[in-house]
Amino acid sequence: MTIVKRFTIVLIVCFLACGASAVAPPPRVPLAEPGHLLQPSAFDVIPDRAERSRALFAEASRVFFNPRCANCHPSGDAPTQRDGFERHDPPVVRGDRDQGVPGLMCASCHQDTNSTLARVPGAPKWQLAPREMAWQNRTIHEVCEQIRDPKRNGHRSLDAIAQHVAHDSLVGWAWIPGADRAPPPGTQAEAGALVAAWTATGAECPPEDGKKVVRP
Amino acid sequence: MTIRLRVNGETKEVDVDPEMPLLWVLRDVVGLAGTKYGCGEALCGACTIHIDGEAIRSCVTPARRAIDHDITTIEGLSKDGSHPLQRAWVELAVPQCGFCQGGHIMTAAALLAKRRKPTDEEIDASLAGNLCRCGTYVRIRAAVKKAAGV
Repeated sequence: MTIVKRFTIVLIVCFLACGASAVAPPPRVPLAEPGHLLQPSAFDVIPDRAERSRALFAEASRVFFNPRCANCHPSGDAPTQRDGFERHDPPVVRGDRDQGVPGLMCASCHQDTNSTLARVPGAPKWQLAPREMAWQNRTIHEVCEQIRDPKRNGHRSLDAIAQHVAHDSLVGWAWIPGADRAPPPGTQAEAGALVAAWTATGAECPPEDGKKVVRP
Repeated sequence: MTIRLRVNGETKEVDVDPEMPLLWVLRDVVGLAGTKYGCGEALCGACTIHIDGEAIRSCVTPARRAIDHDITTIEGLSKDGSHPLQRAWVELAVPQCGFCQGGHIMTAAALLAKRRKPTDEEIDASLAGNLCRCGTYVRIRAAVKKAAGV
């Protein structure tokens, strides 16, 4: 046996040995079709519970950071509008109770339904999310932490959070936004199911990546 | 459909579509033309009236929202123009063309009902949705302060 043959055999043996002991590639969750959300069952391929939980939150956050939702979760005093998170026109502010100020309340203009001709969006109890529930200028990790923190989520349990996402009428407006406004992906029920699955898997938060998702 | 509205203390029965903007009910059916049509999209404030004391944009508010509530228009703010805001508006000669001023006064009245002594910032925040193309904003703020005694 020549040296070359012997070297080739050694290489093959090493390759087979290394291949056998290599870490299996991470399970791949398919991307959702545009305008859709993945079902919670799509994440069953992730064997690690904590990892699965983080992936479920990341999928649900596609709704949270959508303009229909995040526009009224500002980190400052003023909401934004449209897909580009533009300053709200007229330049309203949140006021003491997140419902505007005397003379210029949210309900001064926003009705209980969308205004078809004027294109003003509307739903019952239209108002801003409290400052501690801001989603603008926050990382996905920060939003996850505040959603599971009763001091910053309206003193809700995790089950109540899932119910809120699945059934609240103001949350539900996002999927029937009227005019030419595009809704978030999926449906309200699907978003609620993702949050429920996230809580059921331990409500783990994605790691901090320092990336502010919505930066008006 | 006949609906019953209380406008400036008087009950009015009007035969309108409940979804008809209150602005047009007031102007075209009830005959109160002091409330103005500006933009029709709740962006300018010229159509501001009160429902139960809260300022609302009548151009985007369906008439049904006012059923069983008290509507106040600029005509009903006082019987004789003696509301402190109206007096201040006259004394400081606030209006130029005047088209938007009724809306400004109604917004300011809603503010003063909640904040008797508003700060400049509070006045600006409340009136941020009322536009005046004549640019009378400085006199408007001065008149609100005069009416409030600050």
